[in-house]
Amino acid sequence: MNHAILEKNIGLMAVLVAVVIAIGGLVEIVPLMFQAQVIDPAPGLKPYPPLELAGRDVYVREGCYNCHSQMIRTLASEVQRYGHYSVAGESVYDRPFQWGSKRTGPDLARVGGRYSDDWQRVHLTNPRDVVPESNMPGFPWLAGNKLSADDITAHMRGLARLGDPYTKADFDGVAAAVEGKTEMDALIAYLQGLGKFGPKETQP
Amino acid sequence: MSAFWNWYIIALVVANVVGIVWLLLATARRKRGVVEQATTGHIWDEDLQELNNPLPLWWLGLFLISVVFTACYLAFYPGLGSTVGALGWTSNKEVAADLDENRRKLEAVFARFRDQPIEQLERDPQAQTLGHNVFVNNCAACHGSDARGAKGYPNLTDGDWLYGGTPDTVVASIAKGRHGTMPPWAAVLGDQGIEEVANYVLTLSGQNADAALAAAGKARFTATCIACHGPEGKGNPLLGAPNLTDNIWLYGGTLDDIKASIRNGRSGSMPAWENVLGMDRVRLAAAWVLAQAPRAETATAAAPAAGEAGQP
Repeated sequence: MNHAILEKNIGLMAVLVAVVIAIGGLVEIVPLMFQAQVIDPAPGLKPYPPLELAGRDVYVREGCYNCHSQMIRTLASEVQRYGHYSVAGESVYDRPFQWGSKRTGPDLARVGGRYSDDWQRVHLTNPRDVVPESNMPGFPWLAGNKLSADDITAHMRGLARLGDPYTKADFDGVAAAVEGKTEMDALIAYLQGLGKFGPKETQP
Repeated sequence: MSAFWNWYIIALVVANVVGIVWLLLATARRKRGVVEQATTGHIWDEDLQELNNPLPLWWLGLFLISVVFTACYLAFYPGLGSTVGALGWTSNKEVAADLDENRRKLEAVFARFRDQPIEQLERDPQAQTLGHNVFVNNCAACHGSDARGAKGYPNLTDGDWLYGGTPDTVVASIAKGRHGTMPPWAAVLGDQGIEEVANYVLTLSGQNADAALAAAGKARFTATCIACHGPEGKGNPLLGAPNLTDNIWLYGGTLDDIKASIRNGRSGSMPAWENVLGMDRVRLAAAWVLAQAPRAETATAAAPAAGEAGQP
């Protein structure tokens, strides 16, 4: 192609520049979008129960992902610290996923069960009560916010429309599951469920 | 990956590499050797011209080398659609190999401790260093870096063990976890009953209490509490029921703390670490923890010594 044609037609050049830039994305991103639809859920994985779903909303709202990732990479150092590396099937019901891109705090992909509920409650209220050197902010107000069954039902309905296999029993159980619970309870339930369905492996 | 996306990626990657090489060679051939007319022919602002010299040969050579590198990379590593590459490399295999290597190194260290009884590890400086590392990385979040615990998290250095302080029970506590549960008694005892029992519990550890309330509380204690805490309030390590007579309190020993414990119950939970740490690390951590507490054998050894000192 003659340079002069390109250089004198700025519209054509813009289109061709866009094509050149798009090739990388077309090769590396587009196939993964379609591949994501055929990932099988990890064995035993169910859509988030109402309380954990509410806790997940709190996690997203408070921006926990800004400091905590939920993606253990395939590196020996990470596997030894956090447990088995994350696999795609664990995240099929995460919309949006919480893999994160930055770790000021530790990875949380397998934090479920590593501390007791009480520890999580104390730690979320004021992290320095249990980890003196922590620079994580406290979230004491979560204990004062009650959950709304209607909000959670609406959220579940939206997820069901996207394909999450919620059953009628799941919807019927929402009110009972969140009755009298606070956002603190919900967030703790969510944290304690993280990594529950991941591959299990004893640390070497 | 479906066949379509496989070929889609292969086609784009190959077309890209071939296209770049073609572009490079086509432009290089056309200009090479035409030295006298080395501008693009454009003139801006009266005398600004753009030189259009051929690419230097060394640059061209480096670029072609990088193309060859690309071809080799795609041949040896996964990248071209779903081809696996001649080396069969995957990140899963790499991490497994790295972990195997770590395991071999650790095995050399751990193997020495595996057959030794915990009592011996308590006196082994290397085992103590390793055990301390395991403790600060995993246990200190609750028990504190000095192992002195906090409200709700047992102090491990005071020699008072909820589930028993033998090597076996401490290893079991770490490996399998513990769940200590005190049920709430508000519905059974009522406000007055809680007041009475709490006062009686205070007297068990020799603290000041309202004598009348404590006397009334004794009967209620006998009816309600001795199943776990024992008739004398000395607890039961099989259940994790604390000894109420030693003035060591997990949730605080004031009248208000005790009343809260009775009224609302308590639920303490120690996670199971066997699957996270593996038994080698669990045993090392147990050995370090046990070494922090006053040793049972020194305590028994000290008692006769004191007795001897008392004799004339």
